[in-house]
Amino acid sequence: MSTPPDTEPHELAFAIVAQGLCKSFGKPPKRTDAVSDVSLQVKPGQVTGLIGADAAGKTTLMRLIAGLLTPDSGSLSVLGMDVLSDPLAVQSRVGYMPQHFGLYEDLSVQENLDLYADLQGLPRPERPARYAQLLAMTKLGDFTDRLAGRLSGGMKQKLGLACTLVRPPRLLLLDEPTVGVDPVSRRELWAIVFQLVADEGMSVLLSTAYLDEAERCAQVILLHEGRVLGQGTPASFTEQLQGRVFGARREHGRRRNLQAELSATPAVLDAVIDGDQVRVLLQADTAPPGLPEVIWTAMQPRFEDAFVLRLQSLAPASQASVQTVQLSPAAPAQDDVRPASIIEVRELTRRFGAFTAVDAISFQVERGEIFGLLGANGAGKSTTFRMLCGLLPASSGQLSVAGVDLRRAAARARARIGYMSQKFALYEVLSVAQNLKFFARTYGLSRERQRTRIAWALDEFDLAAYRDSNCGLLPLGFKQRLAMACALMHEPDILFLDEPTSGVDPIERRAFWRRINQLADHGVTIMITTHFLDEAEYCDRLVIMSQGAILAEGSPKAVRAQSSSADKPNPTMEEAFIELISRPAAEAAHAKA
Amino acid sequence: MQKPERGGQRMRLFGLIRKESLQILRDPSSLAIAFLMPVILLFLFGYGVSLDAKLIPVALVADAPDAQSAALFSAFGHSPYFVTHPAANLAMAEDWLLTRKVDAIVHLPSDFSAKLLSTTDQAPVQLIVNGVNANQARLIQGYISSAWQGWLQQRSQSLGQEVHQPVEMAARVWFNPELRSRDYLVPGLIAVIMTLIGALLTALVMAREWERGTLEALMVTPVRINELLLGKLIPYFVLGMGGMALSVAMALWLFDVPLRGSVWTLFLTSSVFLLAALGMGLLISVTARNQFVASLVAIITTFLPAFMLSGFIFDIGSMPDWLQVLTHVVAARYFVVILHTLFLAGDVGSVIWPNTLAMLALALVFLGASRRRIRKNLE
Repeated sequence: MSTPPDTEPHELAFAIVAQGLCKSFGKPPKRTDAVSDVSLQVKPGQVTGLIGADAAGKTTLMRLIAGLLTPDSGSLSVLGMDVLSDPLAVQSRVGYMPQHFGLYEDLSVQENLDLYADLQGLPRPERPARYAQLLAMTKLGDFTDRLAGRLSGGMKQKLGLACTLVRPPRLLLLDEPTVGVDPVSRRELWAIVFQLVADEGMSVLLSTAYLDEAERCAQVILLHEGRVLGQGTPASFTEQLQGRVFGARREHGRRRNLQAELSATPAVLDAVIDGDQVRVLLQADTAPPGLPEVIWTAMQPRFEDAFVLRLQSLAPASQASVQTVQLSPAAPAQDDVRPASIIEVRELTRRFGAFTAVDAISFQVERGEIFGLLGANGAGKSTTFRMLCGLLPASSGQLSVAGVDLRRAAARARARIGYMSQKFALYEVLSVAQNLKFFARTYGLSRERQRTRIAWALDEFDLAAYRDSNCGLLPLGFKQRLAMACALMHEPDILFLDEPTSGVDPIERRAFWRRINQLADHGVTIMITTHFLDEAEYCDRLVIMSQGAILAEGSPKAVRAQSSSADKPNPTMEEAFIELISRPAAEAAHAKA
Repeated sequence: MQKPERGGQRMRLFGLIRKESLQILRDPSSLAIAFLMPVILLFLFGYGVSLDAKLIPVALVADAPDAQSAALFSAFGHSPYFVTHPAANLAMAEDWLLTRKVDAIVHLPSDFSAKLLSTTDQAPVQLIVNGVNANQARLIQGYISSAWQGWLQQRSQSLGQEVHQPVEMAARVWFNPELRSRDYLVPGLIAVIMTLIGALLTALVMAREWERGTLEALMVTPVRINELLLGKLIPYFVLGMGGMALSVAMALWLFDVPLRGSVWTLFLTSSVFLLAALGMGLLISVTARNQFVASLVAIITTFLPAFMLSGFIFDIGSMPDWLQVLTHVVAARYFVVILHTLFLAGDVGSVIWPNTLAMLALALVFLGASRRRIRKNLE
């Protein structure tokens, strides 16, 4: 190594020590405790994961450690230095990459590196070697003259990391580096982080909402609603679950029906669709329940199982209420006269200037189907979505939704669809009831139906307790429920969901999918985009998009099968995705674009 | 130990300045604010706006037209200030005034000639002026009365009568002898333009760094607050002085405004003023964290006061007292006086010095306040 990380002694027992750390924002009554009474230790020379859902306090904790926020109480020492008394000393030894790393988009890759080299005081003679090393590591060597604004999401993230690392820090703080990054870039980022720890002995604290990433860390700190739920090695979280996780499979019928059946069984704490089977977490010391035709296989427990278990022990009531969800009696019956398909897309193309965002895609969706649209950022998912909702005219191609040609009668089609946008388009200063009423009115429901639908929504989504609270103050999971309730006010035939589950905790995600499944069983067609690839398993059928084109189409099983190879006979959805995207055909499409 | 620290500081500062300069060069909007806006504003005010009243439409009515009234009316017709519209009767002229076809009516009653020719009586002339715009009404009134004064004088001379004038006014107009309002507007406008460049640019760029999240990444580097502020001030100071040079060049060579003071005094006083404007912009940008709010605040607190409270168009002396007090925190107020003096009078130390010191004080207050307000954290 040409540049040793530091010249100071290494004998620190812990890179970070926090005692009783508290931080809250705002004034009462709108005060929120972002971080409350957090005590933790981060060991040097390894990767520590800070795991939690959105609004768990991850970013606040990172900013406290970086000396960007002052704690209300508690003590915090970073690399043996007190952050409160000398933030500058800490900041000159710490590398911090914020969630939205501030790259200067009108500067080139090289100019961004130069700026950070100047700011971090990397001596000029050392620069060429360090640049070469960073560019090789991030594979950005061919793009040094490209403006940062013109890089893809994954490349931006890697450049942000390179800028943070220009002068090798002793402690690297990464705030959700893998959010919104495609699976291929996610892998590369992890490879870089591991290389840093191995080669430069760096200590890394990395926050993430992806629970599967916990298993890659040496140590895990589990954060929930500003509190530490647990700290230890990933194995220490899961070892108590040995022998309690099983895969259940039935030859006939839909997986989600089996999942619903299992969830209703008392011995089952958690049931999720995983590949071809349903993954089941059992109560301690119970045998798999005897259900007809179900084949059980033992499985390795995962970090997510441990997290779900802990969350359930925190809030058993909410879990129970989700189990007894009743569906709207007015939902369309399953035995409707079905048209062959409710959404038909043929050769659909959308161009923005010279750029083709969606390139002649075709697919069909049947009534009552859960149809997934998968792809990395910039794959063309959102553009396709907007065209299907009639919000964006197509450049060419055919597009019919609920039997209505969108190019002729977009408004008529829109009356039959519900749309829930990624950002939850709710009025934050209105109460829950006012939001529901507003959406009921905009859909032109009669006074009588407004009343029954609002009552239905408050009951169905467990929102009655929050009836009169401003929805800006709701927890994220409840905002998501309210947004979905609003989209369902007029009982649409088709529900469009744009990344509905990003950032919510696993319990809310499960409740969400349970509702979606029930809606689909009642004949509502669901069209969904997601970047959680494990959620793709909940879809009946899906397409994988990349660079505006469809790479694969079919049931989750068929899509996985398309990418199975000799050395990976049973790939997961993520492995399948990476395989599909790096195939020559996809590479060619990349090169063309 | 001292030495490497210094080196690091210089390196960081140069890094920030280079970054900012590259951003300026690649972002057409800041170049447009610095160079296109002065051109547009100067053209607008230099050619479009004039405080002189010229070609005023006037209706002329004589109840009994004869040689005397025709002679008076022809005097109006020859004046460069009027466009005359003879009306058949007063009702017609009043109608024109109502529909804004004319701005004034000169009405000669039927006994005008008789009284004019008699030696005992005074001949009345009725003048009706559209008073909606009070300033213009006063100007028109003045022009018209001086027009018939002139006519009377000529008439007496041609009749060989002695004009009895016990007091004669010998008016001499200093500094702007031709009373061209452009010579007065253009230098004042430069102060307004510089306020806009200085405050708007800096207010926007800091807010932009907040918005794009770039500041958060910058803060966790060894960079110091002073370096961060200087890294913003220096590039925009250079840009602002560039805009200034362009404006002055346009004033001198396009609008033929004289520069009677020295270029050096102009440079020095502009630098001080620009510091005050940049300081104001920085103060806005450390407070407002998004570009929309920052631009609104910048326009309301810097551009509008520079326009209205600086004495550029509206005389400060005729404002209500409390407003006059308020003008003292508007840096443009001092710069307008300096620019008027430098362009039209010359290096008058007794005017330049106090005003420059006042600007310097404001600059220090604004810069100091931004330095105090900005913290190297996200609280």
